[in-house]
Amino acid sequence: MTKQATTGNASQRTVLKGGTVVDSRGERTADVAIEDGLVVEVGSSLSGSRNVDVSGCVVAPGFVDLHAHLREPGKEEAETIETGSRAGAKGGYTALVAMPNTDPAQDSVAVIDFVREQGKRAGLVDVVPSGCITLGRKGEALAPMAELAAAGVRIFTDDGNGVQDELLMRRAMEYGKGLGVTLAQHCEVSSLTKGAVMNECQCCTSLGLPGWPSIAEELMVFRDIELARLTGARVHFLHLSTARSVELVRAAKRDGLPVTAEVTPHHLSLDETKLATFDTVFKVNPPLRSPNDIAALREGLRDGTIDALATDHAPHPRRDKELALDQAPPGMLGLETALGVALSVLNVDLTHLVRVMSINPARIAGISDRHGRDVQPGAPANLVVFDPNATWQVEPEHLASKSRNTPFVGMKLRGKVRHTVFDGEFTVFEGDAQR
Amino acid sequence: MKHLRSIDELGRDGLVRLLDLTNHMVEVNRRPVPKVPALRGRTVVSLFFEDSTRTRLSFETAAKRLSADTMTFSVSTSSVNKGESLRDTVETITDMGVDAFVVRHKSTGIPWQISNWTNASVVNAGDGWHQHPTQALVDCFTVREALGKERFDGLTITIVGDIKHSRVARSNVTAFNMLGAKVVLVAPPTLLPPDVSHWPVEVSYKLDDVLESTDILYMLRLQSERMSQGHVPNLREYAESYGLDAARVAKLPPHAVIMHPGPMNRGVEMLIDPSSLPNSLIHRQVANGVSVRMAVLFDLLAGESSAANLAQVAS
Repeated sequence: MTKQATTGNASQRTVLKGGTVVDSRGERTADVAIEDGLVVEVGSSLSGSRNVDVSGCVVAPGFVDLHAHLREPGKEEAETIETGSRAGAKGGYTALVAMPNTDPAQDSVAVIDFVREQGKRAGLVDVVPSGCITLGRKGEALAPMAELAAAGVRIFTDDGNGVQDELLMRRAMEYGKGLGVTLAQHCEVSSLTKGAVMNECQCCTSLGLPGWPSIAEELMVFRDIELARLTGARVHFLHLSTARSVELVRAAKRDGLPVTAEVTPHHLSLDETKLATFDTVFKVNPPLRSPNDIAALREGLRDGTIDALATDHAPHPRRDKELALDQAPPGMLGLETALGVALSVLNVDLTHLVRVMSINPARIAGISDRHGRDVQPGAPANLVVFDPNATWQVEPEHLASKSRNTPFVGMKLRGKVRHTVFDGEFTVFEGDAQR
Repeated sequence: MKHLRSIDELGRDGLVRLLDLTNHMVEVNRRPVPKVPALRGRTVVSLFFEDSTRTRLSFETAAKRLSADTMTFSVSTSSVNKGESLRDTVETITDMGVDAFVVRHKSTGIPWQISNWTNASVVNAGDGWHQHPTQALVDCFTVREALGKERFDGLTITIVGDIKHSRVARSNVTAFNMLGAKVVLVAPPTLLPPDVSHWPVEVSYKLDDVLESTDILYMLRLQSERMSQGHVPNLREYAESYGLDAARVAKLPPHAVIMHPGPMNRGVEMLIDPSSLPNSLIHRQVANGVSVRMAVLFDLLAGESSAANLAQVAS
């Protein structure tokens, strides 16, 4: 917090000068003027009371993460809504969908309100609580979805668990359709993954680690596609990890079904052989897969089968990740490295990158009024400014997250967030969190 | 060599070196007073989070015969029961000044994790389904001793049983292969690892089909919990298909030998009294356990002065 960007004066006009504006309409060079929390002017040779040179950088709608575990309430040792929000801001995010596997779970209006209020108190991003599909994420009875929807929940999931029972999932889709909400599924047939530590593959065979077979994901992707066909509900597939899952979603979209999907940066960049180091930081659910799966996921994201890049940011304290591989909890950090990983491994143009990191996830989360909007006068000033060519090395001690379980330690990434603007104010300036 | 965690890590040269060194230890063990001062002043701690008879006792005996001091860590009476983490436990023991950890744990990879937390040597005495390198050394030494061969070229070693959950199988397949043997795995598909096609082995689902061409029949223990997990419908059916009975023994070539790492499940994989087997090496496996583990500890801990120490051992 060495460099302080003053933003206190409400009538101050800030101009981001000389950047490349990227949004749904493509790329163009323009200055962007911000005042009172809004984009007020986009053009050339603009000036304000504060001018920030962003030449060489991209100015885009702020990133939206569909999949962040902020751990509050319940596991504040790993992350709080404030530290997770700060990690998000540093990663260029202006909105985070908070996953519901908190303790207590986000299955009541009280907890939803608490999460949203904590998000406002931190004031670094919009914290968008998801709601549970089933009470306590137990997969036994529906959560009060209508009450939660009335409290503003647009996306429902039992993430961490897939809803195993077919009838219950059918009911959830039917009920959710009536509420106009989206059901996000963690696809895992749990009877096939009992005790699983890593992808079922040649590597797990040699290491003697219980395997998590691809089919455990694909069976549920297939089931929910067919249930979506039956019910007409909107279904979102969380963290797809296999080539066959991508094919199933591609076919479903060809049939015109209302399904969407996301993929994580780690499933696009790291393969199953990482587990041979016995480093629990690489244990994640679904597990890191094969190079063939990685190629299919990249192609799925490129061709639009997969709509969004989502982090599955899953902080864990050191002591938990120091357990044995079969005991350690799955999950890895993602918010602060997502852009760098995406630009380092994906071969997509910047417009498409902004589509999968901001525009599409904002639409899926139901927050397109405030996020993922074109950079034009009247839009809320929720923006990211990043240098697509800057390289940097991931150093855990410099992360804003309360936890350190990043799998990208020491890795050189291309693409670095310079500034993040949330509601017209810099939450991150020159790479430093402002609060 | 700093650690002994897997046969792969040891490599073929290391394997042969330790087998050769074991010959010296066998000689020590034949003396009226089977004790040498080679590791005087060194401390070996055995850290067993899983039950063990042979491995733990043979390691402790091996350490004592080399004059090392030993510490035994018992999970049930330790601060692990007060919630102390494995890392804190390892760091605490390291602070007391130890030279080697001998570790057994139900989880794969623990010896690797421990070696990140200590500067002492780590010996893997069995991790999950993954590796049990000293058992493989014992078995290779026992075969060498019984057949009088240093290389196993031309030998067919048939390993029967629960390959999928067996650390012994994983270490032995690699070790037997390094010494030139052909390895055949026999099990129902449910007890084979999911992607065994990449292993340097042949696979059969029928024991009776491979007995005639077997030189060494290596029986594995079937744990009774495999039944409740649905890997086999019941033990009777398993015993009928894969158990060793008199009829199957009769199908083996006359020169064939029989091995088992213990503990045996009589009435399951062993349907015949092993003492009545004509060519059983099971007792030799146990007897060689001490010599092999002496060789391992010596190799890890004798350090700079190992050549001089070796002379001392051999004298």
